[in-house]
Amino acid sequence: MSMIKVKNLVKMFGLKTILKGMNFDVEPGEFVAFLGPNGAGKTTFLRILSSLSMPSFGDVKVAGYQLPQHAAAVRSKLGVLSHQPLLYGDLTAEENLEFFGRMYNVNDLGKRIDEMLEVVGLSKRRGDLVRTFSRGMQQRLAIGRAVVHNPEILLLDEPYTGLDQDASGILDDVLRTIASEGRTVIMTSHDLVRTEDMASRFDVLSKGKVIASTNKKNISKNGLLAFYRDAIERSKIEEEEKKRDRKNKK
Amino acid sequence: MTVKTRSKKVRVTTPFFKSMWAVVWKDLKAEGRSFQLLSAMWIFSFLVILIFNFAFELNIRERTNVASGILWVAFVFAGTLGLNRSMAVEKDRGCLDGLLLAPVDRSVIYFGKVIGNLFFMFMVEIPVLFLFAVFYNYFEIFNWGVILVIVLGSIGYTVVGTFLSSMSAQSRSRDVLLPILLFPVVLPVVINAVRASGNFLQAQEFMFVWPSIRMLIVFDVIFLALGYMLFDFIVEE
Repeated sequence: MSMIKVKNLVKMFGLKTILKGMNFDVEPGEFVAFLGPNGAGKTTFLRILSSLSMPSFGDVKVAGYQLPQHAAAVRSKLGVLSHQPLLYGDLTAEENLEFFGRMYNVNDLGKRIDEMLEVVGLSKRRGDLVRTFSRGMQQRLAIGRAVVHNPEILLLDEPYTGLDQDASGILDDVLRTIASEGRTVIMTSHDLVRTEDMASRFDVLSKGKVIASTNKKNISKNGLLAFYRDAIERSKIEEEEKKRDRKNKK
Repeated sequence: MTVKTRSKKVRVTTPFFKSMWAVVWKDLKAEGRSFQLLSAMWIFSFLVILIFNFAFELNIRERTNVASGILWVAFVFAGTLGLNRSMAVEKDRGCLDGLLLAPVDRSVIYFGKVIGNLFFMFMVEIPVLFLFAVFYNYFEIFNWGVILVIVLGSIGYTVVGTFLSSMSAQSRSRDVLLPILLFPVVLPVVINAVRASGNFLQAQEFMFVWPSIRMLIVFDVIFLALGYMLFDFIVEE
C-alpha cells in the first residue's frame, strides 16, 4: 500500500491554477526529494498533504486516509518541518515540546521530551526561551517538535533556508537519524548537493506538475544537477512546442 | 550515543478538553512571562478612565448615567488591543500553522483561545473597576448585577472578537481590519451591556434589566455556536 497517493490533484487560488493535475505516489520508508524552481507549487503541495490547504479537485490519500475528509487522522500521522520553526518565542524549548506533546496526546511526555532534546542537541538549553535561540537552534528544536509524536511521515519544506554551514551540518545529522528509522520523508529543497546525499528518490516539479522522477541508483554520483537541469530544459521545450502548436492551430 | 526517536509506546489520540487546556496553558504561560498583551491593555484602559475623569466634571446624577458607558468604552478598546495581540502571537514564526497541524478538532483551538482571551479581559476589568471606583468616587459599581453584566458582556465580546481576530490575522492589514470588523458585529453586545449595567447602577428593578440580560445571553450562545461551526472554514486555505 502506498503511504501517499495523489491522483489528478488540482489547486486553484482564485483564477490562478497552481497544481495542474498532479499525480504522485510514495511507498512506505521512501525519502523523496521534491525539486523545482520557485513558484513550481512545492509548498502548496506540502500544505495540501498536511491538510493546511484544501485541494480544489483530485484525490489525495495519506497513510490510507482520504483528504480532506479525514484530516485529523492524517495530521496524527504527520510531522511537518518548514522554513518557519512554528515555535513560541515566549516559551522555553522544553515548554514548546510539552505544549505540542500535549496537543498530540503523547504518552510519557516527560521522557519523550528528554529524548527529543538530546536528539537535537539542546538538552543544556532546555530552560531557555526560544526567542533567544539562533536560527539553527530554532530549526533543530523544530525537528524535535515535528517528531515528538512519532509520526509515520515527515514533510520537510526547505528546512535549510537561512541556516549557515554548521547549522546545516547538524540538521543533516538529525534528519539522517530520523530518516534511518523507517519514516517516509518528503523534502523540498534548492540545495541539490545535500538533497542528493540524503534522498532515495528525486521528483522534479515544474508549473504544477511532476515532470521527471528517478531513483538514486539511476543517477551517477553528483549527477543530480544534470538530471534536474535536463528535466527543466525538456519541460521548457515542451511548453514552447505546445505554444507553437496552439498558434499554428489558430 | 544514538537515541531512537521512534518509540512504539507513543500513541496519538487527543481528547477535546486536554488539547483545549493545552492551548489555554500555552497562552497563559507565554503571557505570564512577557506581559506584552496585559500591560498594553492595562495602560490603555487606565488612560481611558483617566481622560474621561478629567474631561467630564460629573455631578452624582450625571455620574450614574454615564458610568457604565465609560466603563465599557475602556473594556472594549482595551479588549481590541488584546485580541489583536493574541492572534499576532500565533502568526509569529508560523505558530498558527503549528496549532492547525495538531490532530484535533479545530474548534478546540477556538475555544482554547476564547478562554485565554476571556481570562485576559477579566484581568484588565478587575483593576479598571477599582480605578474607576477611586477616580469617580463611585463604589456602588461593586454590585452583583454589574458584575454579572460584565461577565456576560465580556463573554460575548471575546467570543466574537476571537473569531474575527482569527479571520483578520490572515490578512496583511490585520491591525486595522479587526476594529472595522469587530465593532459593528459586537454592537448589540455593547449596547445591551451598557444598558444593563446602567440599569443596575440606577438601582432599577430586575424586571427592567432582564430584557438586556436576556439579549446578552442570547448573543453569547449564538456567537459561541457560530464560532464553533465556522472557525474551521476561516483558518483553512
